[in-house]
Amino acid sequence: MRNDATRVVITGLGATTPVGGDAPSTWQAMLAGRSGVQALTDDWAMRLPCQIAAKAAVEPTNVVDRVQARKLDRCEMFAIAAAREAWADAGSPDVDALRMGVVVASGIGGIGSVLAAYDTLKEKGWQRLSPFTVPQLMPNGSAGWIGLEFGARAGVHTPVSACASGAEAIGYGIDMIKSGRADVVLAGGTEAAIMELNVGAFAAMRALSLRNEEPERASRPFDKGRDGFVLGEGAGIVVLESEEHAASRGARVYAVAAGAGYSGDAHHIAQPDPDGAGAVLAIRRALDNARVTATQVTHVNAHATSTPAGDVVEAHAIAEALGDVAASVVVSATKSMTGHLLGGAGAVESVAAIMALHDKTAPPTINIDDLEDDLGVEIAVKPTDLHARGTEPMAVINNSFGFGGHNVAVVFTVA
Amino acid sequence: MAMTQEEILAGLSEIIDEIAGVPADEVTPEKTFVDDLDIDSLSMVEIAVAAQDKFGVEIPDDQLKDLKTVQDVIDYVGRSSVSA
Repeated sequence: MRNDATRVVITGLGATTPVGGDAPSTWQAMLAGRSGVQALTDDWAMRLPCQIAAKAAVEPTNVVDRVQARKLDRCEMFAIAAAREAWADAGSPDVDALRMGVVVASGIGGIGSVLAAYDTLKEKGWQRLSPFTVPQLMPNGSAGWIGLEFGARAGVHTPVSACASGAEAIGYGIDMIKSGRADVVLAGGTEAAIMELNVGAFAAMRALSLRNEEPERASRPFDKGRDGFVLGEGAGIVVLESEEHAASRGARVYAVAAGAGYSGDAHHIAQPDPDGAGAVLAIRRALDNARVTATQVTHVNAHATSTPAGDVVEAHAIAEALGDVAASVVVSATKSMTGHLLGGAGAVESVAAIMALHDKTAPPTINIDDLEDDLGVEIAVKPTDLHARGTEPMAVINNSFGFGGHNVAVVFTVA
Repeated sequence: MAMTQEEILAGLSEIIDEIAGVPADEVTPEKTFVDDLDIDSLSMVEIAVAAQDKFGVEIPDDQLKDLKTVQDVIDYVGRSSVSA
């Protein structure tokens, strides 16, 4: 069975982020403009130039039981917590296991487990390695555990595309349903990489904000004073469902997951293409895939990480891709509050975009004291009403870009 | 000095609770690890390593595969700690 006309809807949302332990508290914190960035108090941070990060608001060991936690990497705990929330939010759908899929991404995978296991290996020998070390460190571990818990037999997948991974997972999940492989898919992304190695390595790229004295003010996309991103952690998961399946069980529908677009920069391994050509392509392809016109788009949850190079290029790319109507589109950078969740970012920001569409309100971008000039789009600095913008049915976009030149845009429309 | 069967059972129950979350009162001699206590094969490896440390015995992999019930482990530890 293959039916490209199949519509895919969002019936459940889950998130655990630096600003909230679930999707509703995350969304409320975003609307309130609350930062989740804090000073790092770990001993290791004192050896690094960057001493700030956005740790999860709720420790995942408070959600996952003690025995299961022994077997899991931190990123897997985040993913399972978000998946359970999304599933319950969707009303725990009754679905044929053969028609149930999982697509959960991570940019890095179980890096905390890699580091701890390597210490154990060197200090105590291989016999003391947990037999769960491999499932903890493999990037597809989260998808595998979720597939096991929910009995998903249509397919379990893990796209890896750095900071675009979470959005790519949602795109892949949409395709699983549109192509007839599944009726219900748990899709999203996770990351738990606030470790000495990662902070050190991103610092070595000169990618991080060093505004250690003002943690909550450090992540400031589109502000002239931005000096790099702030590392965050957590996960976002959505329940994707064929419209037919959702209707048959009378499910509440947040939005239509209308389509996704992808491109490769072929420019540089870690720098954005200054022309933004790849981002423009991804956005245009996403609109085409979703059969949405630019006039319908009222809001973009931007990738905007607060690095000097990326944010302005992205704003110009949004303006170019949307053309004449771009000036009335409201762009938000929620990383100003959550920091950058890497492989979790595209999923958490898709949840935010879906809630923005649902509530017809764009969340603020905080810490903009001195907005960049001539961006070509409106940047939301406070919660911004989306009613009376655009043509019906209303559409929003989540942009996610990753090192390696990965560009992903996902389009959601009102149900 | 050899441990009694009760001492070995108590020690083993602690390990199984810690690693697999099975309450001590469910860990009785006739139970099988996989079918009765629902302990997966990887957790079984972890339990064996912990048991080696706790009881001061070696449990080689080719022996571990034959230890199917709680009583099997009690007997194995009892034998090995006497001969050690």
